[in-house]
Amino acid sequence: MSILGTRVLRTEDPRFLTTGGVYTEDVVDERLVGACHLFFVRSPIAHARITGIDVSGAQAAPGVVAVFTGADLAELPPRKGFPMMNQEMFQLPLATDTVRFVGEPVAVVVTEDPYQGEDATELVSVDYDPLPAVIGYPAALAADTLLFPAAGTNVTAEFGNPGKKQDDLFDGCEAVVTATIVNQRVAPAPMESRGAAAVWGDDGRLTAWIPNQGAQGTLGSLAGQLGVDRKLIRVITPDVGGAFGAKFGADPEVVVVAWVARQLGRPARWSETRYENLIAMTHGRAQENTITIGGRRDGTVLAYRLEILQDAGAYPRIGAILPSLTILMAPGPYAIPRAEAWAKVVVTNTTPIGAYRGAGRPEATATLERAMDLFAAEVGADPAEVRRTNLLPPFTEPHKTAFGALYDSGDYVTALDAALAAADYPALRREQAARRERGDVLQLGIGLASYVEITGGGDESGPPSENATVEVHPDGTATILTGTSPHGQGHETAWAMLASDELGIPVDKITLKWGDTDLVPEGGGTGGSRSLQQGGAAVQQASQELIEVARERAAQELEASAADLVFDVDRSAFAVAGDPDASVPLAALAREERLLVRTVFTAPGATYPFGTHVAVTEVDTETGKPFLRRLITVDDAGVVLNPLLAEGQRHGGIAQGAAQAFLEEVVYDADGNPLTASFADYPFLSATEVPSFELTDMATPTTYNPLGAKGIGEAGTIGATPAVQNSVVDAVAHLGVRHIDMPTTSQRVWAAMRAAQKEA
Amino acid sequence: MQVKLTVNGEPRSADVEPRLLLVHYLREHLGLRAANVGCDTTSCGACTVLLDGQSVKSCTVLTAQAQGQHVTTAEGVGTPASMSVVQAAFRQEHGLQCGFCTPGMVMAATSLLAENPRPTETQVREGLEGNFCRCTGYHNIVRAVLAASAAMTEGGLAEGGLSGGEVSGRPAEQAGPADKAAGQ
Repeated sequence: MSILGTRVLRTEDPRFLTTGGVYTEDVVDERLVGACHLFFVRSPIAHARITGIDVSGAQAAPGVVAVFTGADLAELPPRKGFPMMNQEMFQLPLATDTVRFVGEPVAVVVTEDPYQGEDATELVSVDYDPLPAVIGYPAALAADTLLFPAAGTNVTAEFGNPGKKQDDLFDGCEAVVTATIVNQRVAPAPMESRGAAAVWGDDGRLTAWIPNQGAQGTLGSLAGQLGVDRKLIRVITPDVGGAFGAKFGADPEVVVVAWVARQLGRPARWSETRYENLIAMTHGRAQENTITIGGRRDGTVLAYRLEILQDAGAYPRIGAILPSLTILMAPGPYAIPRAEAWAKVVVTNTTPIGAYRGAGRPEATATLERAMDLFAAEVGADPAEVRRTNLLPPFTEPHKTAFGALYDSGDYVTALDAALAAADYPALRREQAARRERGDVLQLGIGLASYVEITGGGDESGPPSENATVEVHPDGTATILTGTSPHGQGHETAWAMLASDELGIPVDKITLKWGDTDLVPEGGGTGGSRSLQQGGAAVQQASQELIEVARERAAQELEASAADLVFDVDRSAFAVAGDPDASVPLAALAREERLLVRTVFTAPGATYPFGTHVAVTEVDTETGKPFLRRLITVDDAGVVLNPLLAEGQRHGGIAQGAAQAFLEEVVYDADGNPLTASFADYPFLSATEVPSFELTDMATPTTYNPLGAKGIGEAGTIGATPAVQNSVVDAVAHLGVRHIDMPTTSQRVWAAMRAAQKEA
Repeated sequence: MQVKLTVNGEPRSADVEPRLLLVHYLREHLGLRAANVGCDTTSCGACTVLLDGQSVKSCTVLTAQAQGQHVTTAEGVGTPASMSVVQAAFRQEHGLQCGFCTPGMVMAATSLLAENPRPTETQVREGLEGNFCRCTGYHNIVRAVLAASAAMTEGGLAEGGLSGGEVSGRPAEQAGPADKAAGQ
């Protein structure tokens, strides 16, 4: 019986649970013996000219090996942005003349011992001549102060064409609603912060241990920033303690670690503090969206306009191009006849924006699902009915949207109905009506979000693909090499299941290797919910191809025709049909000659998972405090390989989505000072703030890979965020509240109730 | 300064800087790297160990403060081949993903169950409030602690455990008035 689709426990767990994972800070390697430690001096000011740096005090401090400033790194090429961004806006590994956000590295202190670095860093004296801080969209667009005078603008990129705005878009609409909706800045905050260890060998090659989501991409980024040939770098990926989109590529600090190791001719290590992590690792989201939605009073939506402002932070990173994904997914799962969207991306004196679980798609869904509720309220219809009215009907042939997305397969109405049934939606509405009738202090809110998202997309290099190598060893074990890069997703177990199913080798006899660029030179890493549908599919394909290679060898061994051979998965052996005694195990074939296959799986395109989330929240109308009570979700990501892992992915995403909706936000004051720079200040979600989640399964296969699988990693943040936000607004909707921006904190809910009261 | 303490049953003595944090002593001096440092404000609990049986955040305990005491880390309660009931329950219920918070979470759960062998879901959530996890949404961690509780008080983790065949994670009891009211 196939193990695919079953709850196989993770083979990686015992070591994580006992000796602990080996994260970058834990790496013990003889090449790293005697390593020096880096500690960064970071700007305490959001925007300033550097007029002087005095490192003499630090140089004289105990244990200090060296202190470097940007001037020392002048040989390094500048970090260039994506082609569609303004090319004048780039970051130096260490700032030289201008700092543009609190936390930007200005100097680095190198010591024998980490404690000494923390001490000595305080002795570096930097003179700053403050400049006005550009904080918020109005200041960025007003351009009274430019972050990069040479650019002549604070706009780094634009997507779509506001010039093509259709003035007649809402003609014929009986009801039109406009609103500006904030998708606030949040911190990815993986439990393991950033770090690196680096050493240059006598052969002139760099070996770098870096927590990352794709060693091959990280290598490319590092090579580009160091200005050295790719062949001279080996990136090794230790265990990675969470990433959530924020550990792609090589950050400036990592470049400095590699440079210092070369400069000093000795191994170098860096471990980021949480304070540094919250101000200097990329943040996520940071959009402000103006929506206009119109349609008929019967609940039919006819037109939708989405105008996006994206804050890229001080230096455009991948966050600056994510609005293109927001635009791509703007119409979501709905059949909206007319839609238009565009985006303007600005720089501000804040931490750069990168990818965060969902990366551009949660923003699209959050905006659209708020718009659907606003429209439902305007026409006086039930939000569930408005969604059902406008959802695309089921389809199995790809559906092309107005924005060029090609949805592979979908059955959105069934997902909505399943979620409503699981939640017992009519009973919730009855309970809500009763509480409103009684005027209870604790009011009930029910929030919905229907979504479709894009996973496993390709890039400019072509359609999405991934490689895998499978080798069977003479002792009956197997090794898989993958281009994906697990950091909690459980690929060690999942990829072993796929190979085991083909090869008949037990899961615990199969070893997965990844993230070492000498071992796996190519690979796309893990992100965008791509891993199973491409990396997993490649493992399955490689295993199948290995069986065919082995079949030929078995035929020779058994002196039979290959066509007469049957592979007996239970015995992991070939046998001659009708003569089970004439057989040869895979392991025996591997004894004669190495038995391995490397293959590349290529998918026709991205896949589009979908679902509906229902959130139930109680709001204390005396304090405004929201209590999330239930989260019911239907997430259809195609065929599930291991329900244990798929549910884990859903849980985590749901929690992060809920956290954004009612809790988490990165806050700056008007001068650009971060007010959420520690876990004491950043309201990181804890176990007491969420309920257990109620998951309902649904699996509509995709034809884009033999597994029938779509991506599941980001569904949670995409569906749960607006569902929870909508539930909070819904709890006080009868008081006249139409919208509350995220995070829907007690204060905001209370203020919204007060404002509605005054209006009434 | 000279410090004598017991770590995972073994007597240790060391000459340490007075300011050396216990977590750094464990990690750098003894090579016990299961406990991790996840923050600098005693908020996240990734460094949780037991000090004379009580869970503490070892990033906020000086090595000197552990003088004469017994320190227990995740390495001390089980091995990959022979995990503790709590560790086995975390595996059984998929209560970990990236693993970074896990050793601390296991020790916090161990301490919680020592104090309260039959906690409710709400008590588990409150007991683990000081231990952050970014991957699991806490759902399976809570289930793991409840499963460990059941195993310790009723004996043995059942094969298949709590995960067997259940689709939803709706808890048997859930704090707050929404429970009965909200259509349940």
